[in-house]
Amino acid sequence: MLKNYFKIAIAVLKRRKFFTFISLFGISFTLTILIVMTAFVDNITGANYPEVNRERSLYITTLQQKNVKYFSQQNGPASFYYLDHYVRTLKTPAKVAISSLFSPTNTYINNKKLVINLKYTNDAYWDVMEYKFIEGKPYTLQQINNGERIAVISEDTKKNYFGDVPNVVGKYIEADNVQYRVAGVVKSVPATMFVSYADLYVPYTVSKTDYKHKSLMGNYTAILLGNSKEDLPKIKAEYASVVSKIKPDGGFDVFVSGADPYLGSFLRATPLGDSRNGGISKLIFIGSIFVLLFMLLPTLNLININISRIMERSSEIGVRKAFGASGMTLVGQFIVENIILTFFGCIIGIALSFLILQVLNNSNLIANMHLTVNLTVLFFSLVACVVFGLLSGVYPAWRMSRLQVVTALKAQ
Amino acid sequence: MIPAETSENVLQNSHIINHQNVMISLKNIEKVYRTDTVETLALNNISLNINKGEFLSIMGPSGCGKSTLLNIMGLLDAPTRGEVSIDKHDTTQLNDKKLAAFRNRKLGFIFQSYHLINDLQVLDNVELPLLYRNSSAKERRQLSIEALEKVGLSNRMKHFPTQLSGGQKQRVAIARAIVGQPEIILADEPTGNLDSAMGSEIMDILLQLNERDGTTIVMVTHDENMARKTHRLVRLFDGTQVQ
Ligand SMILES: Nc1ncnc2c1ncn2[C@@H]1O[C@H](COP(=O)(O)OP(=O)(O)O)[C@@H](O)[C@H]1O
Ligand SMILES: [Mg+2]
Repeated sequence: MLKNYFKIAIAVLKRRKFFTFISLFGISFTLTILIVMTAFVDNITGANYPEVNRERSLYITTLQQKNVKYFSQQNGPASFYYLDHYVRTLKTPAKVAISSLFSPTNTYINNKKLVINLKYTNDAYWDVMEYKFIEGKPYTLQQINNGERIAVISEDTKKNYFGDVPNVVGKYIEADNVQYRVAGVVKSVPATMFVSYADLYVPYTVSKTDYKHKSLMGNYTAILLGNSKEDLPKIKAEYASVVSKIKPDGGFDVFVSGADPYLGSFLRATPLGDSRNGGISKLIFIGSIFVLLFMLLPTLNLININISRIMERSSEIGVRKAFGASGMTLVGQFIVENIILTFFGCIIGIALSFLILQVLNNSNLIANMHLTVNLTVLFFSLVACVVFGLLSGVYPAWRMSRLQVVTALKAQ
Repeated sequence: MIPAETSENVLQNSHIINHQNVMISLKNIEKVYRTDTVETLALNNISLNINKGEFLSIMGPSGCGKSTLLNIMGLLDAPTRGEVSIDKHDTTQLNDKKLAAFRNRKLGFIFQSYHLINDLQVLDNVELPLLYRNSSAKERRQLSIEALEKVGLSNRMKHFPTQLSGGQKQRVAIARAIVGQPEIILADEPTGNLDSAMGSEIMDILLQLNERDGTTIVMVTHDENMARKTHRLVRLFDGTQVQ
């Protein structure tokens, strides 16, 4: 029976090449976009190198100060002073990494301009992040306190600045008119990792801006590492109680900040943001609705195509009914045919996604970014295929099964 | 009108005698087609008994209701009024699923325009009725080959319908109609699209089926010569039985 369905399905698909192409294109294209998009999202939000501890980390990326009377508001990263004073001193986190946003500086090598993104960090930064050291090691607390001009550079920077040499630890690199001694070289991070990406990492104590300035706002972010995932609520609570006692800068009367999971920490200051998890659930909700709507298009397309195909096949329907197929049997046949079609669409879509990701990874569109297919997404894509097949098959099949035999035979 | 009714009564009476052997029984069948503006009375109070093993032909001018009558006998269409019994089963109350099973077991159809499925090979076309029974693939294949042998087409199994002549297509259609060994075959102008040589070939196959296997056959035809070869002739005029 199934083999027979398969035969007829293939025959119908072959006969209606254009419709088949449109259907397959709709399904596979939608699926490809979904998989590639989620690979991007996954790459940006997932616990990838070097932020592999995101599961047990909380981020403080934005502070918010408000003046209720004048409806004014200031959002932005924290000052070093703030993070060092109020966050590093928290008791519940195991470690607190503090680092500045990366900022581009120019350097010249053999009269060629090279843009180097510079990031200031504290020592715990190297414990919270799991950078892979290709040579050397991070700078120590002692070196930071001494204000040594010492640096960790990325592998790309090593290549660009020093060329193809085996060893650069102990050599000097110039950035922003300052000579830094190289302490270590780490595997490069893609720019999509906003917190951990940089070309040159140096101690915060060598920063030209005054890291002791006591205003709350600045350009530093913190990562609070818990001993385990279970510690995170405690850390959140402790930080919240500290925040409640902090007075905003002059001119403001409300101060808001929270320690959130990675994505939530960026959402907090947006309209999506809320104080519980920074709005992630809302984002997921909106994302799901978007994905559903997105998948609805090829489904509607398929339903449409299927209905017109039914009319073409009314003679077949009539014959099958005349020789003993019940309405339900025909519904079954049509759904199976449709699932076969969507299955092919899915296979093509998945193959296409792998191909596109491969091309994207090789093209170095974003340096050092490595996109991978999220297995969960892959699984749900396959489930979506079945749903596609059912959705787009059921209604036309139901209409078909209700055709009177005589009517079906006559309509030719 | 009066002579028609009397002759019908006579016919009916003659069949009541061997009531045991009635295969198809139509009682006061009326069929009205309603469209937005017109009401067509396609069949007007038709009562007819057809015996087991009988070969009946139906004749009449175009549009007089022959196909409608045959479709109602074959449970492809429901009458507006009246009862259809097949092999002593009243079919009026059967639901879609039961009707389908009934058609599958009892009935085989042959249409004027063949109605083969062009996407399937000859063998798969012939197998069709067996798909809706519990039979294994091997069994289906075996029976289909046998049916094709009966109509002399076992060398065309792997062809597609579009590669066959009209006569060959109709023979495939006959193979499909007989593959499930139904007790009744309903043929609506089976030779209507064929030249006379091919037409008589088809007719010979049907006669053989009737004589050898005892299959009850009802055939609509325009050909007096063919009708003459059958046991009984029913004539319709404007939805009414006139002979
Ligand atoms: N589906 C239908 N809708 C409306 N009228 C129909 C339909 N089918 C048949 N008729 C009408 O019923 C009458 C009998 O049709 P039919 O049984 O096909 O005649 P025949 O087979 O004897 O040529 C004709 O007048 C025809 O126009
Ligand atoms: Mg007709």
